[in-house]
Amino acid sequence: MRKTYGSTVAVDEVSFDVHDGEIFGLIGPNGAGKTTTMECVEGLRKPDRGTISVLGLDPVGDVYQLQERIGVQLQQAQLQKRIKVWEAVYLWASLYRKKPADGDRLLEQLGLTEKRDAWFMTLSGGQKQRLFIALALINDPDVVFLDELTTGLDPQSRRAIWDLVRGIRARGKTVFLTTHLMEEAERLCDRVAIIDHGRIVDIDTPVRLVARHCPERTIEMATDHPNAEDCFRRIPGVDAVDRSDVLRLTVRGRGEDLVTDVIQCLSENRIRVTDFRTVLPTLEDVFLTVTGHSIRD
Amino acid sequence: MWRGLLELTWLEIKIFLREPLGALGTVVIPVVIFVGLGRLAGGSRMRAPSLADSGLLRVDLPVFASVLIGISAVLSLVTIISIYREGGILKRLRATPLRPQTILSAHVLVKLLLTAVTLMLMMLAGKRYYPVDVAAPMFSFALALLISTGSILSIGFVIASIVPTARFAQPVGAIILYPMVGLSGLFVPVSALPPALQALARVLPMTYAVSLLQGIWKGEAWSAHLTDIAALALVCVVGIALSAKLFRWE
Repeated sequence: MRKTYGSTVAVDEVSFDVHDGEIFGLIGPNGAGKTTTMECVEGLRKPDRGTISVLGLDPVGDVYQLQERIGVQLQQAQLQKRIKVWEAVYLWASLYRKKPADGDRLLEQLGLTEKRDAWFMTLSGGQKQRLFIALALINDPDVVFLDELTTGLDPQSRRAIWDLVRGIRARGKTVFLTTHLMEEAERLCDRVAIIDHGRIVDIDTPVRLVARHCPERTIEMATDHPNAEDCFRRIPGVDAVDRSDVLRLTVRGRGEDLVTDVIQCLSENRIRVTDFRTVLPTLEDVFLTVTGHSIRD
Repeated sequence: MWRGLLELTWLEIKIFLREPLGALGTVVIPVVIFVGLGRLAGGSRMRAPSLADSGLLRVDLPVFASVLIGISAVLSLVTIISIYREGGILKRLRATPLRPQTILSAHVLVKLLLTAVTLMLMMLAGKRYYPVDVAAPMFSFALALLISTGSILSIGFVIASIVPTARFAQPVGAIILYPMVGLSGLFVPVSALPPALQALARVLPMTYAVSLLQGIWKGEAWSAHLTDIAALALVCVVGIALSAKLFRWE
């Protein structure tokens, strides 16, 4: 699909499939086109070109049928300031044709039971997000859309929300989310699509994306053995060995067997190490490699 | 199609009553002003009986207060719609099976209900404190006020569609609506206005609303005001069509 606002091309030639029962993440920096893409899929925006099919339905033509079967959490959404938590849940429950989920149970699962009678305006950021998740789940949807779910939350709330999202998948639902947090994508998503400047750069599981774009491994260790550097340099696949100070050694290389080979070398040469760790590239490194810029820029 | 209308309407009424200034500003203040002005005019009745006999107390004041009720309902609608849009509430509601017309109708219903309640309170208070003309056909008048408010609400939708932010909603609405009242024939008969203003008054919906309200209050038949009703209906249709074109959800 393609979507423009005036002369600005928001997304172009964006194409992907989301599989049944997976957590699929659209990742990229702010302004990359994540929300535009998601809102077209939800039926809130009409793409200029292209076709979208969600559960076999057309988000533009069949929007009301589609809304019965999906749950949506929007970025930066608000509710009426003085609506009570239970009122929002009950209003939402009344809007769907099919039998809704048990609102009070949802509130309990999301830890909002004691906030049941609180006004929306008095909730904390994390509580608001959990309420929005409850509203997205109230119609027992087949697909749940979560747009920048944890932005602005503290690390503790963020982790709690990740667990909730995994719980949604465990119930057999499909989750489609956007995030600009690489850690979130890496920990939560079964597959991710990297989007930058309105185009999809690559789609795969986080592990395979890392293996494909950032095959190099780094091993850091602490040893005072004098010949350690020479031993490591003889291992096939090692690109560089650096000693940053008297103790610290860094080995860089590529290949599946690199770590095994280094450990074997330590053992054969009876090299004593006081610290040993492997540093694997992350999605953040993948992003930098495939787009040429950091996701924070 | 209209699923959720009653739930949303009831909820919006509750939320409205929780606003600290909402109920007070839109319901209590018009009633207090009405009673206050009425006592002032009524108090001078002993010395100047002609004042009471002139149309002021019997017709103009109730109609004026009613128009104020209608306008405050419209301004309140414009403000709420723009706050809801700015806060992303409209967008969030729209991402449910709620139809756009259901969301807007719920707000119109709340405002019309509020108008009816305020009118009732005003009349009760008026009867208690000074002799309002009891012969006024209250049911017909209430209906006329609802028709007028409904029609002007459609102008409210157009205003709500074009104001950029909630901060502008109230002033822009006031600038458009209050001059309409000035030319409506409520203070100066339309026929006494300069020709240019007369022509302007004849295209403004408030003129027809005031004519309808005054007539019904005085006990005239509905059939004498078909032109007014037709004009208000036309404004309503045009307003809804225009705002359907111009309306922005975010």
